[in-house]
Order: sequence, then C-alpha cells, then structure tokens
Amino acid sequence: MKIGLDVGSTTIKSVVLDDNNQIVFKSYERHYSQITEKMTALLTKIRDEVICGKEAKLTVSGSAGMGVSETCSLPFVQEVYATRIATGRILPQTDCIIELGGEDAKILFLTGGTEVRMNGSCAGGTGAFIDQMATLLGISLDEMDELSEKYEKIYTIASRCGVFAKSDIQPLLNQGARKSDLSASIFAAVANQTIAGLAQGRPITGNILYLGGPLTFLKGLRRAFDTALKTTGTCPENSLYYVALGAAFSSEIEIDLDTALKNIASYGKSGNFRSIEPLFKDQAEYDAFLERHSQCKAPRGDLKTYRGPIYLGIDSGSTTIKAVTMGNDGQILDSIYKSNAGNPVPIVRNYLLHLYEVRPDIKFAAAAVTGYGEELLKNAFNLDYGVVETIAHFTAAKRFMPKVDFVIDIGGQDMKCFKIRNGAIDNIFLNEACSSGCGSFLQTFANTLGYQIEDFAKMGLFAKHPVDLGSRCTVFMNSQVKQAQKDGATTEDISAGLSCSVVKNAIYKVIRVSSAEELGHNVVVQGGTFLNDAVLRVFEKEMGVNVVRPDISGLMGAYGAAVYAMQKSLHRDGDSSLVSLEELQDFKHEVKVTNCGLCNNNCRLTINIFANGRRFIGGNRCERPVTKRSSIGADIDLYAYKLKKLQSYVPMPAGKRGKIGIPMCLNLYELLPFWHTFFSMLGFEVVTSPLSSRELYIDGQSTIPSDTVCFPAKLSHGHIMRLLEQGIDTIFYPCMSYNIDEHRSDNHYNCPVVAYYPEVLAANMPQLKGKNFIHDYIGLHLPGEFPKKMRKILNSHFDKPFDLKEVKFAAQAAYKAYDDYMEDVRKKGDEIIDKARLEHKQIIVLAGRPYHLDPEINHGIHKLITSLGAAVVSEDVIAARMKREPVHVLNQWTYHARLYSAAEYVSTQSDMNLVQLVSFGCGLDAVTTDEVRSILEAHDKIYTQIKIDEITNLGAVKIRLRSLFAALEQ
Amino acid sequence: MAELVYDKNGRLLFTKEMKEEYTILIPMMLPVHFKLFEGVLRNAGYKIQLLTNSGPAVVQEGLKYVHNDACYPALLVIGQFLDALHSGKYDLDHTALMMTQTGGGCRASNYIPLLRKAMHKANMDQIPIISMNLVGLEKNPGFTMDIGIIRRMMAGVVYGDTLMCLNNQVKPYETRKGTSTELLDKWIQKLCQQFAHGHGISMADVKKNLRLIMHDFSAIPEKKVPKIHVGIVGEIYVKYAAFANNNLEDFLAEQDCEVNLPGLMNFLLFMLEHRPDDMELYGGGPAAAAAAGVSKILFQYVTKMQNAITEAFRSYPQFLAPTEFSHVHELVDGVIGYGAKMGEGWLLTAEMLELAECGFENIICAQPFGCLPNHVVGKGMIRKVKEVNSKANIVPIDYDPGATKVNQENRIKLMLAVAKENMNGTNPTK
Repeated sequence: MKIGLDVGSTTIKSVVLDDNNQIVFKSYERHYSQITEKMTALLTKIRDEVICGKEAKLTVSGSAGMGVSETCSLPFVQEVYATRIATGRILPQTDCIIELGGEDAKILFLTGGTEVRMNGSCAGGTGAFIDQMATLLGISLDEMDELSEKYEKIYTIASRCGVFAKSDIQPLLNQGARKSDLSASIFAAVANQTIAGLAQGRPITGNILYLGGPLTFLKGLRRAFDTALKTTGTCPENSLYYVALGAAFSSEIEIDLDTALKNIASYGKSGNFRSIEPLFKDQAEYDAFLERHSQCKAPRGDLKTYRGPIYLGIDSGSTTIKAVTMGNDGQILDSIYKSNAGNPVPIVRNYLLHLYEVRPDIKFAAAAVTGYGEELLKNAFNLDYGVVETIAHFTAAKRFMPKVDFVIDIGGQDMKCFKIRNGAIDNIFLNEACSSGCGSFLQTFANTLGYQIEDFAKMGLFAKHPVDLGSRCTVFMNSQVKQAQKDGATTEDISAGLSCSVVKNAIYKVIRVSSAEELGHNVVVQGGTFLNDAVLRVFEKEMGVNVVRPDISGLMGAYGAAVYAMQKSLHRDGDSSLVSLEELQDFKHEVKVTNCGLCNNNCRLTINIFANGRRFIGGNRCERPVTKRSSIGADIDLYAYKLKKLQSYVPMPAGKRGKIGIPMCLNLYELLPFWHTFFSMLGFEVVTSPLSSRELYIDGQSTIPSDTVCFPAKLSHGHIMRLLEQGIDTIFYPCMSYNIDEHRSDNHYNCPVVAYYPEVLAANMPQLKGKNFIHDYIGLHLPGEFPKKMRKILNSHFDKPFDLKEVKFAAQAAYKAYDDYMEDVRKKGDEIIDKARLEHKQIIVLAGRPYHLDPEINHGIHKLITSLGAAVVSEDVIAARMKREPVHVLNQWTYHARLYSAAEYVSTQSDMNLVQLVSFGCGLDAVTTDEVRSILEAHDKIYTQIKIDEITNLGAVKIRLRSLFAALEQ
Repeated sequence: MAELVYDKNGRLLFTKEMKEEYTILIPMMLPVHFKLFEGVLRNAGYKIQLLTNSGPAVVQEGLKYVHNDACYPALLVIGQFLDALHSGKYDLDHTALMMTQTGGGCRASNYIPLLRKAMHKANMDQIPIISMNLVGLEKNPGFTMDIGIIRRMMAGVVYGDTLMCLNNQVKPYETRKGTSTELLDKWIQKLCQQFAHGHGISMADVKKNLRLIMHDFSAIPEKKVPKIHVGIVGEIYVKYAAFANNNLEDFLAEQDCEVNLPGLMNFLLFMLEHRPDDMELYGGGPAAAAAAGVSKILFQYVTKMQNAITEAFRSYPQFLAPTEFSHVHELVDGVIGYGAKMGEGWLLTAEMLELAECGFENIICAQPFGCLPNHVVGKGMIRKVKEVNSKANIVPIDYDPGATKVNQENRIKLMLAVAKENMNGTNPTK
C-alpha cells in the first residue's frame, strides 16, 4: 500500500492507496501548527486501522512536511510537483491547474510547455489571507461564501498582500460598506492577484482545474476565478487530496512505520532556534511589575449617583470601538470596549440606549469622537466634535503625566507614536501599510493557533526561550513562526516572540530609534495592545525605560475625546447636540454605494443615510461629491496646475513622419515637454497615453514580472497597452542611466528602475513584438553630444533617414521647451506661494518625484491637503530656491537631490512644511527619507512621510495631515 | 597616536599614520577571494582583519542601526561591523573599517554613507571608514587604489576565481569527502605565504601557480555520477555570501547538485567597461575620454589575466573553464542593452544565458528583497532568457531578515524537481 502525506501550512492531509491505486483511506484536518503530534496521531491510526501489518510505502509532501521528512529520512516530494503527478494520473486532459493552499498559491501549466509557478515570499493573498479577512468581517468562512453570492458592487482591494488588503477593507467597513460586497470583493482580489502575480502574461485557457482547500470550500472564490478567467474551471473529486495523492503515487520506498513514528516523535526536540531571554525570571519579578503598573489609575465615579455635566467620548478604531462616559472631574462613569464587528453604528446606538436605561434622565454636556469612524459616527449621532486621534491621545496622556514627552499607542491596526516638545505634538510616527504588526496581528495568530488572545498573550510571560522572530510584516511572520515551530519552539515561546516582534516593529521600523534617549524620559504607552503585559514588558526591556501605562490603556482615545469635549464646551452654553432617546429608538441607517465620477480619481463612494435625512459620504478624497462644486483650492495647488500643463501637450496633426507614441510614465512625466517638442519638430504626430486609471493598470498587470517593483513602474505596462490599442506602432520610451544634470549632486543618475524599465517592457510584453519600440540608451545630460547620438538611433529605427541639421534644430527647440516648462512651473509655484502668504495659509511642499503627479499614484493627496486649507507646491520649485548644500549621503540622483535642497529651504521658512511622498518599494527612499528627516529635524521642523502604493489607505494619510496641521496650530 | 584629520566636508580621513597603527576590518563576502585579499593587502602594508562573525546577533545589530527598508546586504555588512566593534575585541581608537563602493546608480553606492550614519548612531564617530572603489570617490591619504594595490588584488581575483571554479567542480564527485576543501585551504595558505614574501603576483608567478593548482585539483580521485547542475546568479553579495543566502551552496550540495558560481573576473571587466561604454553611448568631453582611456588600459590588463586562466584550463578539458568576458558579452546581444549598468547590470542577464549554455540551465537568481536593478536585469529578464534558451529553469529567490529558509528551500526544491525530471528525461505523470 502507498501512503501520501501532505503537511501544509495549516492542514494535514493523507491518502492511502491500495495496490490498484484505489483510495482506501483519506483524511483532512487543521493541524494548528502541532505538526509532529498530528502526524504521529495520523500515522498511528493509518498503521493500526489501514495498513494492519501489510507492506507500506510512504512519501511526505508539503511546506511544513519538508523539515520533518529530512530529519526523519522519509522520502519527500515537493508539493507542486506532487500535484502535477496526481493530475497526470487522474485527469491527464488538464491544461492548467490553479491551486490555493493555506499560504501558497500555485499555477501549473501542463500543456504547451510545462511550467510551474509559485507565489514569492511577499504575496499572502491565499487561504490564510481569506481567514484573516473573515475574522476582520466578524463572520465565518461559510457565511462569507454565502454573502458573496448576493453582492452588488465589487470594490477594488489591493490584491498584493494581506496587510494591504486589510487596510483597504477597514476604511470601507468604517464607511459602512456591505459585507456581501466586501466578501465578493475579497474573492475577486484573490483571483486577481493569483492570476496577475503568477501567470505573468501567459494566458490561462483550456481545461482548468481548481485544487486546494479555499477553492474546494468556497464556491464564491471559484466564481471569482471563473469571472476573472472568463471560463469555467472544474473542482474535481478529491480536490483537497491532490498533493497527498501525488505523494502516494510517487511512493517507492518501503518504510517501517514504527521506526518512522519513533523518528517523528523525537523530532523537534532540537530547540535549535534563535531565542531571547525570558520576559520574567519568576513570579516575583512579574508581581513587582504588576504592582508598579497598577498605580496609574484613572479616577472613577458612579453613573447612577453622579450629578453634574456628563461628557461622552468615542474612539471608533479599526477593529474595536471604545466609549467613555465621563464626569467633570475626569472621572470615568461608564465605558465600553468592544469589537466593532465591521460596523460601529449599531454598537454606539446600543451603548447610548444602555446609558439611557441606567440613567433615564441623562443629559450630555458635550460629545466628541475620534478614530477611523469619526465622520460616520459624528453624522450618525450628531456628535458635537470630531478630533484627530493623535490629539485625543495626547489629551488623555496629559491627564496621567502632565510632562509627557513621548506617547506610543498600539491599537488593533494602527500604531501611533508622537513626540511632544514645548507642550505641542512635534513628531508623528504612524505605521505604514506594510508593517501593520499591531494588535490584530497578535489576535490573528492566537486564533490560528487555536487560542483566545487573552490566554495566548499570558502564555508568553514565563516562556523559557522566547523565539526571536525579527520585525517584519505579518506575511513574513507566518513563515517565520512555521520555521520556529519546526525547530521545536513551544506555543509559549512563540507567544512571547510575537509580542516581542510587535515591539521591535514599533521601535525599529515605525519610530526608528536605536536608544531610549531618543524617545524621551516621560513615556506614556497606551492602546489595547499594551494591555498585554508581555508587550509592555518587552517594550520596557528593549528601550531600557520604565513607562506609564494607564489602567485605561485601551480606552485612552475615548477618554481623550471626552476630555477634549469637556475642554471645548467649557465656554459654551447649552447641551450636546447628540440625538435624543426617541431618535435612537427609531434609528435607521441605510447604505448606498456609487461611483463619484466627478473627476479622474472616480472615488467609490459609500453613502450613509440616517433617519432624519442626515447623510454621510465616505470614500471621497475631496469635497466635490459633498459640495457638488469643483474642488476649492485648485488655484493654490501646483500639482493640479502641472498636470493640466502636461495635458496641454496635444498631438500636432498630420505629421509627415507619422505617429509616435509616448507612454506617460516614470521620468517621461517631466520629460514630456522635451520629447513632445523634439518629435513634433521632426515631423511626428506625438501621441501620449491617457492618464492612469485602475482599468489601465489592470490591463497591463499580467505582464509585470516582478511583483515587488514600485507601483509607478507597474503602471507603465498599462500605458504601453493603451498606446498599442490606439494602433500606434512606433513607441518611444528611452532607457536613461543619466538624468539632466541640475548641478546639485555628485552625479545625476536616474534610479535603476526609472533608468532601465523600458528593457522590462520590451522583454515582457509580447504585445510589443513586431512593433517599433524605441528604447535605446539616451543621454540628455550632454546637449552637445545628443543630436549626433540621437540621429544615429533614429536612423536605426526608421527607413527614411534624418539629417543632422534637422535633429540639431529639433534638439535645440526641445531643450528650450524643457527649460520653459520648468521655468513656467517655477513661476506658478512662486505665484502660489505668494498667494498663500497673502491669505495666511500654510504651504505644504509635497515632495516626491515628477511622476507622483499621476492621480492614480498620488491618490489625490494634494487635493486632500488643499481641502484642509493649505497650499500645495512641489519639490522642484522649492529646490530651485536653494544652492547645493552638503548632505550625509551619496547624493547622486537628480530627482533625489531636489528633495534635500527642498528640505533645506523649507527649514528656513516658518510657514512651510514638507510632506514626503514615498512609493512603496522604492529602495532609494530608504536612503532619502532618513536624510530629509534629519535635515528638517535639525531645524526643528516636523517631518511627515506618506507611503503610497497601488491602493492607499487615505484614512491614515488624513490622520497624518490633520495631526500635522493640529501640531502647527498649537 | 595618529591624529584625527578631517576633509573640508568633515569626513574623517584615514591617514598615513593610521596605516601604521590601525587595524582595518573588512566584511566577508566570498570566502576564497577575501582570504586572498586579506593576504595581498597585508603584503601592501595594511593590518587587515577579515570579519567572519555571523548569526542572529549580526542581523540584530543591522536592524537596529540601519533603516529597515535598506537592502539586506547593507544591513548585514553594517551589522557585521557593529557586532565586531561591540565585541570588545578591537581597540576602537585604533580600528578602521573598509568597504567596497561601486559608485553606480544603484543604492548600493550608498552603503558607505549608511555605515557612517550607523556609526554615528552607535557613538563611534572616531572610526575612519575607507571606501574601496575604482571611480575616485572619497580619497584617503593612507589608502590609495594605486597600481600596486590593483595588481595585488587582481592576482587575488585570478586565484580566487580559479580555486572556486575547480572546487565547485571537484567537490561533488570526490571519492573521499573533504579532499577538495583540504586542497583549497592548502592553496589559500600557500598563496598567502607567497604574498607575504612579495611573490605570486607577477604574471609569470600567476601562470606558474595556476598550472600547479590545475594539476593538484585534477589529481583528486573522483567518481562521476550524474548530478543536477545548478547555476547561481544574482546580486553580488547575496549571491556569494553564505551568511546572506542561508548557506545556499551547502543546501544545494546536500540536495546532490553540482553548483556553478560565475566568478568575479567578469564583474570587474564589466565595471571597467562602464566609462568607454558611456563614451560610446552618450559622448563626453576630454576628461571623460581620458578616464575612458585609463579604463580601457585596465580592461586590457584584466583581460590578459583572464586569458591566463583560460590557458591554464586548456590542458584540462575535464574541467569547465570560467566563461570569457568576450563570450558573455556576445551572448546578451539583443537581449538587453549594454547601457544597463547599475548593480550587476546586463552581466546578470548574460550569466543566466552563459550558465544555460554550458549545461547549468537550472538557475537560482538570488537577490535581496526589493533589489532595484534586479527588477530589471534579474526577474525582468527571466522570460527573455527562456525565449532564447527554452531549457532554462530559473527560480528567483529573495533574501532579507524576515524571509525564512523554509520558504526559500521549498521554492528551490520545486526548481530541482523539474531539473531532475529534465535530467532523467522521464515524465513522472505517466
């Protein structure tokens, strides 16, 4: 008999075949990472009940099975390979297999050149991801599947990695999006990612097979794949067991099961993993720790007996909702801390009803709300004030430690840290979309391992060898944990290790400090995650300081909001505008979803309608859908001006040399005036690709070979597609190692991606075959040499030759056009600065790269800034006002050199602040961000960084910007 | 005691006095080559100490002092320095650090500034940092890349490439385990002794040594059995440094593979071609032309050294000689432009083609997570390489502090399963 064992990342599957290759036994169960125990149990059962002393051949497969098989010298077959073997035996007419597992996604092409593809290490959109999303929505997988059938709208959700998707879904939930739509959207995102990420341009056609757990159990997911592939795939019988079957088929070596069992049992005792010292030596040390922290208490009062003004503070966080009812001495009369189950509205309603029940005569003096759900709740219940989270937390922290100089708050999804200088918030650190290693991260792990978060966290306190898991994002952490388990770490060790990685993530990735001195001496920690003693302990140990954790650590946002409401309403007459009891009892909440369509961003709007006709629109980037007026502030927005200016470069018709296409991507954003003039002068009709859009991106997505390259580069595939669709056969997109020399750096390179991306397009877009794709290496930095070199290149691509005079003439005009464009932008920038100063407006230097003009890349952040009442200019304008200054990095990229100059200039201006836009995955910005930050901080300026990607959580961006403005106001 | 002298931008210089008094630490990359470099630099009068510390502590130091989004090699190299400096083994007032700097458009050229930032954070500003580069960045009175140093280093490269190449070919088949490694170590020792006495560097010495090395390795008794041929290309540090690639070569040896790791020689030639190529592509003034001229002379010199290797291999047809630059250059024509210079540039693509051509069609393309040039010349060219050579079986693997061995090995094993099938010419599905 042949045994096949498939030990995957979350489940263990087995198949036993008789001598005629018929299945006589199969099993499928979750292993909760108890790999050796489950394997032992399973094999014992097979030995005793199925094999019964007969000859047995065994092969192991699966990612978690790899280590075990090696140490126990059991035959191993790689899982993708096993799938292929099984399919060849069972369904040989298959053309393509799509298999999703717990953490892996695979596509196998069987006909027309066998190829196997597997997701890289940064692509978590798989089974574990769907689990996480279900947890987030607060529903089971079955419910999710059922709900997905009833969807009406599909939202775009980042399909790259689980963490990203999560930060997309959270705001949608907070805006009131329907779970049915979200469920279907999640499935669509998974399908999208699998196809785009793995097929890489190879069409998926013919007989398609769906395998693995998620595709077997979730018909909604299969439907999403069918839709995306425009075909109908089949999910065969035994679709869960193909890997195990493949392993069984390849079993050739006879195995003595008793010996194998003995080996497995002794496996994993090696204890060979990186560990750190225990969190607590003993109970006594823990007790002392508890004693110290129990001293920091908020005053309490009794709601029933308290007489006096009552204040309400609500913190609508990403996964939880907190509310505090407070008296006028800051005493807490009542509070809640609840999971928001994806919709905070009914929870707040119930809480208010509960308060009326306890105190039927209750009257609120004022109410304030903070957090992601701020706008929604403010409108739903007519609350008096909204306050940005950072201010709420700072307000609360001051109640406990008036001299606080550093606050760190780790919540479910967000991490907020800020420094306080001279009584004002000075420097804000928020976690980026990629490093959301916060509370929900611990919770998800607890659940995967089969524990409640509270029990799980406690387990780590006395772990003997806490695992050192590093400080990476959740996706990486999954496999790190797997590895630790393989190496024999206990659940206790892992619990402690995870707490540790949350802290390290905060300290080294988000705040980026290397010593306690940089933090300050009066540190207040808060947020639900710090209720976890292990996390608190690690933080103190790692930073070497004793910190204050208020006993209402998880309620600080709400408490701060209540205090804020009290302070704000102090000099005001009358009660809170909060809805009345009658209205509460009669409460209605309806949600509609629509597209805005008033501008290029085409925001997906969620319209919430409440009982008395109050409405709240979510998902918008600007005020246009609300006010119905063209966005205010366009006249003080240089980004808007530049974009419009670039769009004025229209084709000059009837070019004697025909059409030439220029894709509007990367450096061509700034060089368009040059090339447009150059080719127009030579007699070409210059056609540019349209502005980027989601659809444009999706059209080119399947030809992107590297899923970790920056989003601006990825977009270029779509731009090429658009040009080709217009029937343009000659496309110009040069490789450029060097940029124009602006003499503010040691060299004037482009970054490697900008420099050579045309090579990637040429190599990976089959659509370009047979077209005249001009992507030669061109240097504009030597105007004297350019015409000669360019003429040679042109002559190699066109039959009708160019003469040097003609090219020289065009080049001259082109250099002039470029200079004129840059000058025009500078002049407009100066105008905006003057206008802003006249109107006493703050000026924000939105510093990035020229291609951050693309609305699909900047997500309308410049509009968000003008809607907050500030003017926006770009780095090039500001850099021009500054001479070159020495910096502490090798300054050798033209675009990046502007950032340093701009930062230097901003440092000298009291009404200017710099906000740096950073594309996710931009390697060079790891260098520039630190330098820009240090330039600004050396001059006591606040540094604000916004990471942007395919999809960006504008909620987080808003917090950042609002906090910045709040800090400036103080 | 040597005085601390700064240049006009406030950079601490490595002075002539320091050359006498200071120990210079250099990070490990290629075990064979770097041991030889240590030898030749000692001969040139520097107190060189090659760092071999590794393990989680080094990674921790890196994470602590380097921006976590910076590339993995920077994190490891800087981590290695700090771990060493914090170990108490070195007198911090008599220690300097040395690191190579390419000066290209890749962010790798910023490792030195990143190191300086880290040293500042760690309160070790008194330690001079020496950039070893061929493009004239950051000059130091106490260390110059003069012709003497270049000649010595070149000899190191020639021996290193040859020894690595032979060891990789012999080790998998030796009848007595360990013979090849013993011989390798013996030769490193022998060569370092020669260097100490000023020998082994002239062309005549090189040729003589190469002949002896070839002879010694060919004498190792072997048993040829079919093994999977795997080539490794990638970002230079991750490709070579076992610490960075989770002991990739050992893992492949365990999986019963013969590994081919293209050497440093072609990378040097590739670098030396930059200036003449830039002249050709973009033009330039007399200064650029003069610099290009110097590069060309060096290029010819290094080519001569490469010819010496080819010649030495000629009498031993059982060994696959390192591919000559001219051939590698030719292979990539029409696949990617020669203007792609940043990082490993077109050479990386060319090496995939080279490996596939000489029977190592199973290829691991190793890079740090988020490596910028590799989006283009590595991952971006896999499709094209397969078009040129349909046998190519390539797997890109990303390395970084969070990536786990399990994930990496699982992907490599998939590549190996396909490789095995191709090798045996069987189809297991039947």
